[in-house]
Amino acid sequence: MQATRRLILKAAVAGAALLSLPRTLLAWPKAAFESDSTDGAMKALFGATDATASDAVTLTAPDIAENGAVVPITVSTTLEGAESIGLIVSENPSPLVASFDLTSESVPEVSTRIKMGKTSDVVAVVKANGKLYSATKNVKVTIGGCGG
Amino acid sequence: MASIRVKASVKDGVAEVKCLMQHEMETGTRKDSKTGELVPAHYITEVVAKHNGKVVMQANWGPAVSKNPYFAFAFKDAKAGDTLEISWVDNKGETASTETSLG
Repeated sequence: MQATRRLILKAAVAGAALLSLPRTLLAWPKAAFESDSTDGAMKALFGATDATASDAVTLTAPDIAENGAVVPITVSTTLEGAESIGLIVSENPSPLVASFDLTSESVPEVSTRIKMGKTSDVVAVVKANGKLYSATKNVKVTIGGCGG
Repeated sequence: MASIRVKASVKDGVAEVKCLMQHEMETGTRKDSKTGELVPAHYITEVVAKHNGKVVMQANWGPAVSKNPYFAFAFKDAKAGDTLEISWVDNKGETASTETSLG
Protein backbone atom coordinates (compact mmCIF):
# COMPACT_ATOMS: atom_id res chain seq x y z
CA MET A 1 0.00 0.00 0.00
CA GLN A 2 2.60 2.40 1.11
CA ALA A 3 4.90 1.45 -1.73
CA THR A 4 2.16 2.16 -4.25
CA ARG A 5 1.35 5.45 -2.69
CA ARG A 6 5.01 6.39 -2.77
CA LEU A 7 5.23 5.44 -6.43
CA ILE A 8 2.21 7.50 -7.35
CA LEU A 9 3.55 10.39 -5.35
CA LYS A 10 6.91 10.08 -7.07
CA ALA A 11 5.32 10.02 -10.50
CA ALA A 12 3.19 13.03 -9.64
CA VAL A 13 6.18 14.97 -8.36
CA ALA A 14 8.24 14.05 -11.41
CA GLY A 15 5.42 15.09 -13.71
CA ALA A 16 4.94 18.37 -11.92
CA ALA A 17 8.68 19.02 -12.02
CA LEU A 18 8.76 18.41 -15.75
CA LEU A 19 5.83 20.70 -16.40
CA SER A 20 7.21 23.50 -14.27
CA LEU A 21 10.70 23.34 -15.79
CA PRO A 22 11.64 26.70 -17.17
CA ARG A 23 12.25 26.41 -20.88
CA THR A 24 15.85 27.38 -20.36
CA LEU A 25 16.68 24.39 -18.16
CA LEU A 26 16.29 22.13 -21.14
CA ALA A 27 19.13 24.01 -22.77
CA TRP A 28 21.63 23.10 -20.06
CA PRO A 29 24.49 21.51 -22.03
CA LYS A 30 24.67 18.22 -20.12
CA ALA A 31 27.08 16.45 -22.48
CA ALA A 32 29.51 19.36 -22.32
CA PHE A 33 29.51 19.42 -18.52
CA GLU A 34 29.87 15.64 -18.26
CA SER A 35 32.73 15.35 -20.73
CA ASP A 36 36.03 14.33 -19.13
CA SER A 37 38.23 16.06 -21.70
CA THR A 38 38.73 19.65 -22.79
CA ASP A 39 38.20 18.73 -26.44
CA GLY A 40 35.06 16.78 -25.63
CA ALA A 41 33.63 19.68 -23.65
CA MET A 42 34.52 22.17 -26.39
CA LYS A 43 32.95 20.01 -29.06
CA ALA A 44 29.75 19.49 -27.06
CA LEU A 45 29.47 23.15 -26.14
CA PHE A 46 30.67 24.96 -29.25
CA GLY A 47 30.67 22.20 -31.87
CA ALA A 48 34.37 22.74 -32.54
CA THR A 49 37.69 22.41 -30.74
CA ASP A 50 39.84 24.84 -32.68
CA ALA A 51 39.86 28.11 -30.75
CA THR A 52 42.32 30.77 -31.87
CA ALA A 53 44.44 32.26 -29.09
CA SER A 54 43.57 35.95 -29.06
CA ASP A 55 44.66 39.10 -27.25
CA ALA A 56 41.06 40.25 -27.51
CA VAL A 57 40.15 37.74 -24.80
CA THR A 58 41.32 38.62 -21.30
CA LEU A 59 41.45 36.00 -18.57
CA THR A 60 42.23 37.26 -15.10
CA ALA A 61 43.21 34.59 -12.61
CA PRO A 62 45.77 34.33 -9.81
CA ASP A 63 49.24 32.89 -10.63
CA ILE A 64 49.02 30.78 -7.50
CA ALA A 65 45.78 29.73 -5.84
CA GLU A 66 46.41 28.76 -2.25
CA ASN A 67 42.93 27.34 -1.93
CA GLY A 68 41.70 25.45 -4.99
CA ALA A 69 38.14 25.54 -3.66
CA VAL A 70 37.85 29.26 -4.33
CA VAL A 71 39.76 30.59 -7.32
CA PRO A 72 38.57 34.01 -8.54
CA ILE A 73 38.27 34.25 -12.32
CA THR A 74 37.30 37.12 -14.60
CA VAL A 75 36.85 36.79 -18.35
CA SER A 76 36.31 39.71 -20.66
CA THR A 77 36.64 40.40 -24.34
CA THR A 78 36.89 43.34 -26.70
CA LEU A 79 35.53 41.25 -29.59
CA GLU A 80 32.45 42.69 -31.25
CA GLY A 81 29.42 40.42 -31.30
CA ALA A 82 30.53 38.04 -28.56
CA GLU A 83 27.78 35.45 -28.12
CA SER A 84 29.02 33.20 -25.37
CA ILE A 85 31.89 32.55 -23.00
CA GLY A 86 33.12 29.13 -21.89
CA LEU A 87 35.34 28.55 -18.89
CA ILE A 88 37.46 25.40 -18.80
CA VAL A 89 39.91 23.94 -16.28
CA SER A 90 41.82 21.33 -18.28
CA GLU A 91 42.88 19.15 -15.33
CA ASN A 92 39.53 19.02 -13.55
CA PRO A 93 37.69 15.66 -13.75
CA SER A 94 35.04 17.46 -15.80
CA PRO A 95 36.89 20.36 -17.44
CA LEU A 96 33.91 22.58 -18.29
CA VAL A 97 33.21 24.83 -15.30
CA ALA A 98 30.71 27.28 -16.68
CA SER A 99 29.36 28.84 -19.82
CA PHE A 100 27.72 32.22 -20.16
CA ASP A 101 25.22 33.13 -22.85
CA LEU A 102 25.47 36.80 -23.65
CA THR A 103 22.75 38.97 -25.11
CA SER A 104 22.93 42.19 -27.07
CA GLU A 105 22.63 44.08 -23.76
CA SER A 106 25.44 42.16 -22.06
CA VAL A 107 28.75 43.76 -21.35
CA PRO A 108 31.10 40.90 -22.32
CA GLU A 109 32.70 40.51 -18.92
CA VAL A 110 31.90 37.96 -16.21
CA SER A 111 33.47 37.14 -12.86
CA THR A 112 32.99 34.13 -10.66
CA ARG A 113 34.84 31.81 -8.30
CA ILE A 114 35.68 28.27 -9.27
CA LYS A 115 37.11 25.01 -7.89
CA MET A 116 40.36 23.56 -9.17
CA GLY A 117 41.46 20.05 -8.22
CA LYS A 118 45.12 20.71 -8.97
CA THR A 119 47.48 22.94 -10.93
CA SER A 120 46.02 23.39 -14.37
CA ASP A 121 45.60 25.51 -17.44
CA VAL A 122 42.49 27.66 -17.21
CA VAL A 123 41.03 28.40 -20.63
CA ALA A 124 38.52 31.11 -21.46
CA VAL A 125 36.81 30.60 -24.81
CA VAL A 126 34.75 33.32 -26.45
CA LYS A 127 32.44 32.65 -29.36
CA ALA A 128 32.02 35.69 -31.57
CA ASN A 129 30.54 35.78 -35.08
CA GLY A 130 30.63 31.99 -35.25
CA LYS A 131 34.34 31.75 -34.46
CA LEU A 132 36.14 30.70 -31.29
CA TYR A 133 38.83 32.74 -29.56
CA SER A 134 40.66 31.84 -26.39
CA ALA A 135 43.00 32.94 -23.64
CA THR A 136 44.87 30.49 -21.43
CA LYS A 137 46.57 30.88 -18.11
CA ASN A 138 48.28 28.30 -15.92
CA VAL A 139 47.19 28.53 -12.29
CA LYS A 140 49.23 26.76 -9.63
CA VAL A 141 47.09 25.20 -6.91
CA THR A 142 48.57 24.63 -3.46
CA ILE A 143 45.59 22.83 -1.92
CA GLY A 144 43.10 21.14 -4.25
CA GLY A 145 39.47 22.17 -4.09
CA CYS A 146 37.53 19.08 -5.05
CA GLY A 147 37.26 17.68 -1.55
CA GLY A 148 37.38 14.00 -0.68
CA MET B 1 17.57 28.27 2.96
CA ALA B 2 18.21 29.42 -0.45
CA SER B 3 18.95 33.04 -0.88
CA ILE B 4 20.51 35.39 -3.35
CA ARG B 5 22.13 38.66 -2.39
CA VAL B 6 22.41 41.22 -5.16
CA LYS B 7 24.23 44.50 -5.39
CA ALA B 8 23.57 46.49 -8.52
CA SER B 9 24.60 49.98 -9.44
CA VAL B 10 24.04 51.98 -12.60
CA LYS B 11 26.64 54.26 -14.10
CA ASP B 12 26.36 55.88 -17.54
CA GLY B 13 23.62 53.46 -18.53
CA VAL B 14 25.61 50.38 -17.57
CA ALA B 15 24.42 48.27 -14.65
CA GLU B 16 27.11 46.45 -12.73
CA VAL B 17 25.71 43.49 -10.86
CA LYS B 18 27.31 41.41 -8.14
CA CYS B 19 25.49 38.42 -6.69
CA LEU B 20 26.20 36.00 -3.90
CA MET B 21 24.08 32.87 -3.85
CA GLN B 22 23.76 30.50 -0.97
CA HIS B 23 24.31 26.97 -2.24
CA GLU B 24 26.37 23.92 -1.26
CA MET B 25 27.55 23.23 -4.83
CA GLU B 26 28.31 19.58 -4.01
CA THR B 27 30.36 17.94 -6.75
CA GLY B 28 29.19 14.39 -6.09
CA THR B 29 32.78 13.23 -5.63
CA ARG B 30 33.25 14.30 -2.00
CA LYS B 31 32.97 11.73 0.75
CA ASP B 32 31.19 12.38 4.02
CA SER B 33 33.91 12.42 6.67
CA LYS B 34 31.79 10.40 9.13
CA THR B 35 30.06 7.80 7.00
CA GLY B 36 32.63 7.58 4.20
CA GLU B 37 29.81 7.67 1.70
CA LEU B 38 29.74 9.91 -1.34
CA VAL B 39 27.74 13.08 -0.86
CA PRO B 40 25.30 13.29 -3.81
CA ALA B 41 25.90 16.01 -6.36
CA HIS B 42 23.87 19.12 -5.71
CA TYR B 43 24.72 22.23 -7.63
CA ILE B 44 23.21 25.19 -9.46
CA THR B 45 22.91 24.49 -13.18
CA GLU B 46 21.45 27.72 -14.47
CA VAL B 47 21.38 31.35 -13.48
CA VAL B 48 19.21 33.81 -15.36
CA ALA B 49 19.21 37.60 -15.02
CA LYS B 50 16.27 39.59 -16.31
CA HIS B 51 16.23 43.33 -16.76
CA ASN B 52 12.65 44.69 -16.79
CA GLY B 53 11.55 41.14 -17.65
CA LYS B 54 14.00 40.64 -20.49
CA VAL B 55 16.86 38.14 -20.23
CA VAL B 56 20.21 39.97 -20.27
CA MET B 57 22.51 37.22 -19.04
CA GLN B 58 22.29 33.50 -18.67
CA ALA B 59 24.89 31.28 -17.06
CA ASN B 60 25.15 27.49 -17.25
CA TRP B 61 27.14 26.02 -14.40
CA GLY B 62 28.66 22.71 -13.48
CA PRO B 63 29.69 21.52 -10.02
CA ALA B 64 33.10 23.21 -10.29
CA VAL B 65 31.69 26.62 -9.46
CA SER B 66 32.65 27.35 -5.85
CA LYS B 67 30.35 26.84 -2.89
CA ASN B 68 28.11 29.85 -2.23
CA PRO B 69 28.71 31.12 -5.76
CA TYR B 70 29.79 34.64 -6.60
CA PHE B 71 28.75 35.99 -9.98
CA ALA B 72 29.42 39.45 -11.36
CA PHE B 73 28.35 40.76 -14.73
CA ALA B 74 27.15 43.96 -16.37
CA PHE B 75 24.59 45.03 -18.92
CA LYS B 76 23.76 48.12 -20.96
CA ASP B 77 20.65 50.27 -21.45
CA ALA B 78 19.96 50.39 -17.73
CA LYS B 79 18.70 53.21 -15.56
CA ALA B 80 18.02 53.69 -11.88
CA GLY B 81 14.71 52.23 -10.78
CA ASP B 82 14.67 49.45 -13.40
CA THR B 83 13.92 46.00 -12.06
CA LEU B 84 16.46 43.22 -12.03
CA GLU B 85 15.43 39.65 -11.35
CA ILE B 86 18.04 36.99 -10.65
CA SER B 87 17.03 33.36 -10.43
CA TRP B 88 18.71 29.99 -10.32
CA VAL B 89 17.76 26.36 -10.81
CA ASP B 90 19.82 23.47 -9.46
CA ASN B 91 20.23 19.86 -10.55
CA LYS B 92 17.52 18.74 -8.14
CA GLY B 93 15.03 21.22 -9.58
CA GLU B 94 15.18 23.55 -6.59
CA THR B 95 14.97 27.21 -7.44
CA ALA B 96 15.45 30.62 -5.90
CA SER B 97 14.91 34.09 -7.21
CA THR B 98 15.11 37.64 -6.06
CA GLU B 99 14.04 40.95 -7.50
CA THR B 100 15.70 44.29 -6.87
CA SER B 101 15.51 47.70 -8.38
CA LEU B 102 18.68 49.20 -9.76
CA GLY B 103 20.21 51.82 -7.53
